[in-house]
Amino acid sequence: MTVEEFILKIEAEFPDMEQGKLLPDSVFREVMNWNSINALILIAMVDTEYDVILTADDLRSSVIVNDIFSIIQTRHT
Amino acid sequence: MALVSVENVKFSGLAACVPQFEYNNIDYDLLSKEDNELLIKTIGVEKRRMAGPHITASDMCQMAAEKLLSQMSVNASEIDILIFVSQSRDYVLPCTAIVLQDKMGLPKTSLAFDIPLGCSGYVYGIYVLGSLLSKGQLKKGLLLVGDISSLSSCYLDPSTFPLFGDSGTATILEYDPAAKPMWFNMQSDGSGWEAISIPEGGTRNYPKEDSFLIKEVAPGIKRSRFHLQLNGIDVFNFTLREVAPNINVLLKHLSKTTEDYQYYLFHQANKLMNETIRKKLKLVPEKVPYTLHKYGNTSSGSIPLTMVSELRKELEEKPLSLIFSGFGVGLSWASAAIETDKIICPELIEYPNLGDKTPQPKIEDIKSFK
Repeated sequence: MTVEEFILKIEAEFPDMEQGKLLPDSVFREVMNWNSINALILIAMVDTEYDVILTADDLRSSVIVNDIFSIIQTRHT
Repeated sequence: MALVSVENVKFSGLAACVPQFEYNNIDYDLLSKEDNELLIKTIGVEKRRMAGPHITASDMCQMAAEKLLSQMSVNASEIDILIFVSQSRDYVLPCTAIVLQDKMGLPKTSLAFDIPLGCSGYVYGIYVLGSLLSKGQLKKGLLLVGDISSLSSCYLDPSTFPLFGDSGTATILEYDPAAKPMWFNMQSDGSGWEAISIPEGGTRNYPKEDSFLIKEVAPGIKRSRFHLQLNGIDVFNFTLREVAPNINVLLKHLSKTTEDYQYYLFHQANKLMNETIRKKLKLVPEKVPYTLHKYGNTSSGSIPLTMVSELRKELEEKPLSLIFSGFGVGLSWASAAIETDKIICPELIEYPNLGDKTPQPKIEDIKSFK
């Protein structure tokens, strides 16, 4: 599991987002047109793909894509 | 894990009622067209029925119950117990069930009381009513389950207003020593109560004048302390964590697999949430009926409404093995494994908007009574 694969999975869920624009150090809220529904879509995808449940605190404490990916790596068994 | 069973009780009839007035979420002017489209696509609620200020959950339950009793040729005088499951009671006190006992002509020898639960309420209601019938001292029970959540969500709060629809349902359970056992897995977690709540109006925060003042609580979200508040991410986390394991524990306890059941009736919470649970359980879409797109999240009424709307013919014509799963406000969640055998299931009823008592709510009215 790599951050690049994670980004591909995000792009698959957000087809309206410009493909290739999201990078490991991107501020995801800026690139992903962040709103509460998109937050739920991301949480659902991470749960389905990695069996990890991102909480509101996880998202609050994350700024760039790599922050979220680190949380997933830490909890993924 | 509260793995419990109910013996000697037959699931014999089911009816459901929705208000005639239909609200289309594309018309919601607090969000842009793009945001409305994203919401409809992701959350799955395109249209829903709204009761407006003139129709209560109990009115719709009563209409469903009267239709069901007449189709089953059961007289109201034969009902030994009536339970009303709802978060939308007629009065602060007394219990709505007791008011209904009189309105519906049930005998004074009958038991009547409410169970204030929402999303998990149908499963809880079947368990409680079934348990009380299983001894055979009470023969026939009426379970009335429904909510008008649209009334408690603020028009100016896009995090709640587009989600809810209204309905009332009626289920008849009967003592029957030949019935197959029903099995349940019941759970609760009060630590998350605030995620879905109306913070003021009860005795903990008794209503005062400013309980009804609408204030901006977050950017773009306005509501009063007497309106429903919903923390979407917390609720989402809870359902992803708890619902599938709860069902898996029940199946394992019964030495069954997901293949052994024809249909899975989930509380209609939202499409993204329900689909994620469906995938976790590896269920094919054909086994998981939806009414979210037509009727929205109908709280306690969602499971019986979905059964009537989507499975009526099959429920009437052949035996079915079903799994129910309700989850939400409380936080409370429960699943049930129930076998039905050609039940009576009248067509979905519409509660009319006609006449002086129930004028059709207009969009302006919806805004004003929010």
